[in-house]
Amino acid sequence: MQDTLTNEEICKPENMVYHRTALLTEAPLSYCPGCGHGTAHRLIMEVIEEMKMQANTIGVAPVGCSVLAYDFMDIDMQQAAHGRAPAVATGIKRLYPDKFVFTYQGDGDLAAIGTCETIHACNRGENITIFFVNNGIYGMTGGQMAPTTLPGMKTATSPFGRDVETMGHPLKITELIANLPGTYFVTRQSVHTPANVRKAKKAIEKAIQYQKLNKGLNFVEIVSNCNSGWKMTPLESNKWMEENMFPFYPLGDIKVPK
Amino acid sequence: MATVKGRIVVDTERCKGCQLCAPVCKEGTIAMSKNLNSKGYQFATSINDDCTGCINCALVCPDGAITVYRVKLN
Amino acid sequence: MKEVRLMKGNEAIAEGVIRAGCDGYFGYPITPQSEVMEYLFANKTKERTGMIVLQAESEIASIHMVYGGAASGKRVMTSSSSPGISLMQEGISFMAGTELPCLLMNCVRGGPGLGTIQPSQSDYFQAVKGGGHGDYKMIVLAPASVQEMYDFAKLGFELAFKHRIQVMVLSDGAIGQMMEKVELDEQVPRWTDEEIVKLHPWAATGKTPDRKRNIITSLDLNPVKQEIINRNLQKKFKHIEETEVRFEKIMCDDAEYLFVAYGSSSRICQKAVALGRAKGIKVGLLRPITLFPYPTKELAKLAKQVKGMLSVEMSAGQMVEDVRLSVNGAVPVEHYGRLGGIIPAPDEVLNVLEEKFIKEKLLCKTH
Repeated sequence: MQDTLTNEEICKPENMVYHRTALLTEAPLSYCPGCGHGTAHRLIMEVIEEMKMQANTIGVAPVGCSVLAYDFMDIDMQQAAHGRAPAVATGIKRLYPDKFVFTYQGDGDLAAIGTCETIHACNRGENITIFFVNNGIYGMTGGQMAPTTLPGMKTATSPFGRDVETMGHPLKITELIANLPGTYFVTRQSVHTPANVRKAKKAIEKAIQYQKLNKGLNFVEIVSNCNSGWKMTPLESNKWMEENMFPFYPLGDIKVPK
Repeated sequence: MATVKGRIVVDTERCKGCQLCAPVCKEGTIAMSKNLNSKGYQFATSINDDCTGCINCALVCPDGAITVYRVKLN
Repeated sequence: MKEVRLMKGNEAIAEGVIRAGCDGYFGYPITPQSEVMEYLFANKTKERTGMIVLQAESEIASIHMVYGGAASGKRVMTSSSSPGISLMQEGISFMAGTELPCLLMNCVRGGPGLGTIQPSQSDYFQAVKGGGHGDYKMIVLAPASVQEMYDFAKLGFELAFKHRIQVMVLSDGAIGQMMEKVELDEQVPRWTDEEIVKLHPWAATGKTPDRKRNIITSLDLNPVKQEIINRNLQKKFKHIEETEVRFEKIMCDDAEYLFVAYGSSSRICQKAVALGRAKGIKVGLLRPITLFPYPTKELAKLAKQVKGMLSVEMSAGQMVEDVRLSVNGAVPVEHYGRLGGIIPAPDEVLNVLEEKFIKEKLLCKTH
């Protein structure tokens, strides 16, 4: 008899084991199908909801695909100029030291135009949390080469592949900032498999918890896909990411508190 | 005999048909519908009763389109 | 009796912002205004009022720190000098687009490029006509004394929050560096976080269950909505033009000739008025205190009375355009300026007035 439970008998509120967090708004996400941004948004909002921190959180949105992050996150947010989110977050956090302040940035925003703001916020040990989504490309502007684009990788501005002789090398900004005394917790995660999603959520929890300690900047890189920019299906892009991005940007904690 | 029974409910208007959910379902429960939603996407749908409510599909769904239910069987 | 101190202009504005209840200063050293941040640090603002002072890695970072602080409803400011203010235009434009209040001080030095560290008034266009991208204006206050450097700190914050606008104190190397006596006010207490939530319901201070989330953004991809936003901004600027014009008139009642000058130049012209009057020339001075909004109506009135106006600026002729727009051809308007950090002398300025208007007229009559 138990084997023949109807849909109605199973789909009762008390049996619900997963539903999108209430801190994501009803607005449909503006991201391409299969883009990791959506999952990254969801995890951050899940943690803020679980920690009951909505009233205490101020987020900073970047310029890039996630420029409209504030449309999807049901928290107070400010939209920053391209690359300046760490400076904006610094201004907020210095004046509201008890609030949870985070930035959400892409690789062009954080590691090209905003390198100066990123490095100095890290070096000052600002008590903010940076969520850094690295997909090796400028997504919103149409797939141009990013500071993180892999050698040989084809983009709209490296149509024959990134030639490191003339276009420079990909920047491992996360390893770079992990060397600065002002960073406290630095980790690299991904959100493309259930196991990786679970690990990434734990890392996000730590990066939010640690801000309360006032020990420095907490930094979570999420290596992600850009199936539109990479010109692949979502499933192909995740496979390509595993085979090409992860060897160059290996997952795992880079700096953990002693 | 399975000790748990699960069901997924897909918000078919939020689903963009990216297909990331289907391969992470160990029970092979999810496929893309032949129907399209209002935006023209083939949305995820359940094709059998083997769901265990493991939430793998919901974890990787970038659009938060999947709600999962689970009941324990005696 | 008020407390009186001998201070540099840059120190006076620093003391002014502390006493005006400023919450945060974010800056980057640049001559000739580094004393502002130095004074704030030396005066231990954190202990005195709780005010935060932070030396940023660049002018770009400092203006975006101001942007962050302003979004959360705090009284925040930065100061810089011409090349630094150029770097800040991005952040100022973002604050214009999000209607955030803040106080800015430009201690103008000669340009373009690195130019010189000597005083100049060559950033008038940048300050008054927008500066960054997009259709926007700031309120621009032009101090002509160390006392005004002090006074405009408090006034600047009041106007900034009254209209949710950026207020720039357009000073220069002379006003910033010179020392004069300053009368100081009582300390205005900083707002508490609870007061900010009540006073500024738009501020991003953390979403509480009793309200919708506050979003500070200048982006709207819908052109119809963006046009409405921009039109509302223009309405605000229009309202400011109608309500916030400030100026000073010196010896204007019977004036036949008029100097128009602000800041350092107005001090020179004030002396030139005295020299002219001693020679029997009926000359007066109109000193705009707000450069935006500009005293257009007052100049239009004076155009019916005087025979000529001389705009004196330490620039190649920027404000003179606004003088000409104000009088709309009703009276001849000439410009005299020194460039590259040179301040004109009072007799030099008076000679120009005489040559441009009085001697030429006499020549015409004799022919």
